[in-house]
Amino acid sequence: MTAKVVTITSGKGGVGKTTAVANLATALAADGQKVVCIDGDIGLRNLDIVLGLENRIVYDVVDVIEGRCRLRQAMIRDKHFENLFLIPAAQTRDKNAVSPSDMVRVCDELRPDHDFILIDSPAGIERGFRNSIAAADKVLVVTNPEVSAVRDADRVVGILEAEEKYAPALILNRLNPAMVKSHDMLSAADVLDLLAIQLIGVVPEDESVIVGSNRGAPVALEPKSRAGQAFRNIAKRLQGQEVPFLDLDKQDGLWGRLQRLTGGRK
Amino acid sequence: MNATSSTVQIKGLRDSLLVALTGETWDENQSALLTQIDGRASFFQGARLVLDIGTQALGVDEMVQLRDLLSERGISLWAVLSESPKTEKTAQLLGLATRLSNKSRVEEKRPAAAPVGEDAALFLSKTLRSGTRIEYPGHVVIFGDVNPGAEVVAEGNVIVWGRVRGVIHAGAKGNRQAVICALDLSATQLRIADEVSATLKPQKNPRPEVASINKDGRLQAELWQPG
Repeated sequence: MTAKVVTITSGKGGVGKTTAVANLATALAADGQKVVCIDGDIGLRNLDIVLGLENRIVYDVVDVIEGRCRLRQAMIRDKHFENLFLIPAAQTRDKNAVSPSDMVRVCDELRPDHDFILIDSPAGIERGFRNSIAAADKVLVVTNPEVSAVRDADRVVGILEAEEKYAPALILNRLNPAMVKSHDMLSAADVLDLLAIQLIGVVPEDESVIVGSNRGAPVALEPKSRAGQAFRNIAKRLQGQEVPFLDLDKQDGLWGRLQRLTGGRK
Repeated sequence: MNATSSTVQIKGLRDSLLVALTGETWDENQSALLTQIDGRASFFQGARLVLDIGTQALGVDEMVQLRDLLSERGISLWAVLSESPKTEKTAQLLGLATRLSNKSRVEEKRPAAAPVGEDAALFLSKTLRSGTRIEYPGHVVIFGDVNPGAEVVAEGNVIVWGRVRGVIHAGAKGNRQAVICALDLSATQLRIADEVSATLKPQKNPRPEVASINKDGRLQAELWQPG
């Protein structure tokens, strides 16, 4: 078994990188994959909160790198899945505590025993981002249908393409089909038109995502959640399966039926 | 400031260190540089480095490796100066500067090395993404889009076979005859010489346009008329 290292990044902050990592990790684990998440946001850690594992942290990734503990000791087992682990970031250090080759070493040590290693990149294009992509086999760029987020995603895609190692794929997060319909929001087509990279998933705006993040129970666990379904589909695509995209904007699609059922806008 | 090794020459600039590498092969250069740095870690710590690598052609992999090696030593690679077009292109792709702003030796050398104006053009077959800046002392031809956040600065004309949504500056050294042509000219900003025009309205059905300075001395864009 040799794990695939997938880095989730975005350029802009607050677009849902950490949420995406928590949900993809949960969905992959639910499919029986052995998964480790690494929080690359040294100094501003929060993947542990979204996964609901905050109170179990003893050692972190910087402890591993600086030799204060063994890798196994820093791996926290998930509450829901015994084949899902988190390696948290250090909260009291900064990005310079880790170097790109440190990340490559940690990932190489994890590779033999796992199927997927998901790395949560910090926002920005500096040291923390460099660390996070150093070991990546695949990079997922998360963006929102907003001009500023798309602009930053474009920058990140440019950097990744320039290095020729990574084929970035796009997760379009928090799309609101009703707003797209009324031309108040960029559509998936608008975003793809500019970024021109492979689309791996569109996640609809869904309040349950926020609730899930606050409770430490990723929405991918909720069978009825639309966003959860979208994340589960992305996880399937990461495993090489062909899954059709959710039909978000057609009225006769599932979303339309859902809207009609709930008496939503036409 | 003289370096001990003859392969690596170090000069202090106002806000950075200029390091000239004169070795035969890239491996030799890189290891000589790293030896220098590791020998005087405290001197180099936190430095902003400008590398002059002469005529050597560097690919993306090599430059990325060097940048990471430097960054692990607390040094940021800021600019790469080179006479090799390949190296220069690589550096631009990675978002590194390729010339120093004032009285750059590269800039002084350039006109002599490549006579600019009538015939010198840079051809780029790719889409320029946000954060990319292309500077060229002649014409620039782009087969691809210029995305928002990208900049093209040319001393001659700029022709884009694609959509322009970034910033284009033609005739950057004051040539008011320069033109900008694109299949879809919805740029955030266009400049020719010292004339500036702000956002052009995005069109529903884009048509090729040509921007130039008109008789009244104003920058204007006109639909391209065949024939």
